[in-house]
Amino acid sequence: MSVTPEDVIKIASLAKLKIDESEISQYTSELNKILDYMKTLDEIDTSSVKPLLNPLEGINAFREDKKKESLPREEALKNAPATDGEYFLVPKVVKGKN
Amino acid sequence: MPLYSSLSEKQELIRKGNLSLTVNVRDFLSRIEQIKDVNAFLAVFPEKSVESAIEIEKKIISGKHGKLAGLVVGVKDVLALKNEIMTCGSAILQNFSPVYDATSVRKLIEEDAIIIGKTNCDEFAMGSSNENSAYGNVKNPYDHSKVPGGSSGGSAVAVSAGLCDAALGTDTGGSVRQPASFCGILGLKPTYGAVSRYGLTSFASSFDSVGVFANSIEDIFAIHDVIKGFDELDSTSVVSENSYCHDESRPLRIGIPVEYFDEGLATEIRHSAERIIERLKELGQTIIEVSLPNMRFAIPAYYILTTAEASSNLSRYDGVRFGLRTEKDGLLSSLYADTRSGGFGREVKRRIMLGTYVLSKGYYDAYYQKAQKVRRIIREDFLHVFNEVDLLLTPTTPTTAFNIGEKSENPLEMYLSDIYTTSVNLAGLPALNFPAGKDQNGLPFGLQFIAPYFCEDLLIKAVQLLNSDS
Repeated sequence: MSVTPEDVIKIASLAKLKIDESEISQYTSELNKILDYMKTLDEIDTSSVKPLLNPLEGINAFREDKKKESLPREEALKNAPATDGEYFLVPKVVKGKN
Repeated sequence: MPLYSSLSEKQELIRKGNLSLTVNVRDFLSRIEQIKDVNAFLAVFPEKSVESAIEIEKKIISGKHGKLAGLVVGVKDVLALKNEIMTCGSAILQNFSPVYDATSVRKLIEEDAIIIGKTNCDEFAMGSSNENSAYGNVKNPYDHSKVPGGSSGGSAVAVSAGLCDAALGTDTGGSVRQPASFCGILGLKPTYGAVSRYGLTSFASSFDSVGVFANSIEDIFAIHDVIKGFDELDSTSVVSENSYCHDESRPLRIGIPVEYFDEGLATEIRHSAERIIERLKELGQTIIEVSLPNMRFAIPAYYILTTAEASSNLSRYDGVRFGLRTEKDGLLSSLYADTRSGGFGREVKRRIMLGTYVLSKGYYDAYYQKAQKVRRIIREDFLHVFNEVDLLLTPTTPTTAFNIGEKSENPLEMYLSDIYTTSVNLAGLPALNFPAGKDQNGLPFGLQFIAPYFCEDLLIKAVQLLNSDS
């Protein structure tokens, strides 16, 4: 189950990263080296073990379903690269008139 | 030489008029300037910290002050301080200005600590050498050709080089303990959930914890005591119970896990551990050899799970709501990719790629879920030995600080430098690095005590025992 250059291209696209030709071979070799080492895990039998998602599993975090104060709009927009004062702006994604 | 060895001594000196807090803060500021080339700080707040010093000095003299009054603190640049740029060591956040304080930082300020600056770190806390910061390496104060450790390298150096009294760091796989070891200071990684992660930039959310660097054990726990506790803004933080695990009526039972003393461990560190074990016996404590049989699976499980969580957490850096935006051709799809490709550094991209791979269709069960199962096995190993012992004593790092550039081209070798620290994060346990000696080149190293959940008090007790004269 080794990583191919095609896999690298696919993963990069899933991760929204642009990579050039030279990076494809570099990632292929690096990921294969790392994943080979990860295969160490095949030596341990986990057939009767449940996955552990959080070290403090079993501690619940219920809270009242009540509205709380949130950030004012201008604060929330403060760090945005482009806004119209009310919304985040992004390049247009649908075709049509302006 | 410092005039005081702990915060309580410092407060006493100020109260008696033998130390001016303003002068003290100015001394720190000029020392930061003086040894700027270690690159420990990304931002320093000279005016604000002097202003706070004047005000807090009055409070101390009046006798009405917060628990941490006068403590001068550096804060790792992954923790938010409102309206002060937080880069997380990344170019993608070079102009990011947080709109709130991290809970841990807010609690420090409420108790009259003085935040002197934001410290350098590996980008998004990913690294073991502080070579992954977009704002340059941090240098080890003992030898500028060596790494300080990572990812909280700037915080460790700031405390070690006398640039502040204490610092906050974060520990996801050893990022407080390993640099503390390489820089010869104390470094606490608390129980997962003991300190709120609100305002801590997420790397691997089920591992991240906010830890403390200092030179005195008393200060470590004074600071931890202030920042710990349930926070409604972090649903994984835990209701704070004052947990006292130490039973004064009997000696501590300290377990020595054989797996940590393998052939990879430097001789000088091994010998130091043996001496400390002897000393603990002389002090009447019980030493028990124990086994954590699955430790060799910790690094692979850790890197699968944390890269998976990171790939998901870092999807938020998309050039839309905050941070850098790189727009080349007016298309939204390329805006995401151009922003991320230009904004992230090599190691962060590598981890995003790895994490995306282990979560992708066809590999999820083989890697991600397998690692989650191994995580449970490793935690069970710890819980099992804690039936028999109160604490574990292990090396923190297999070697002293390595050369800058030595491992930076070999990610796997870099990952393996975390061999003694990651298992603690998989289990979510508290652990404390304490200085244990220096090698023949004068480079420091530490050992760590590991305690059961919420038994941070046992970590203090053990280090205090070793510091005692009798």
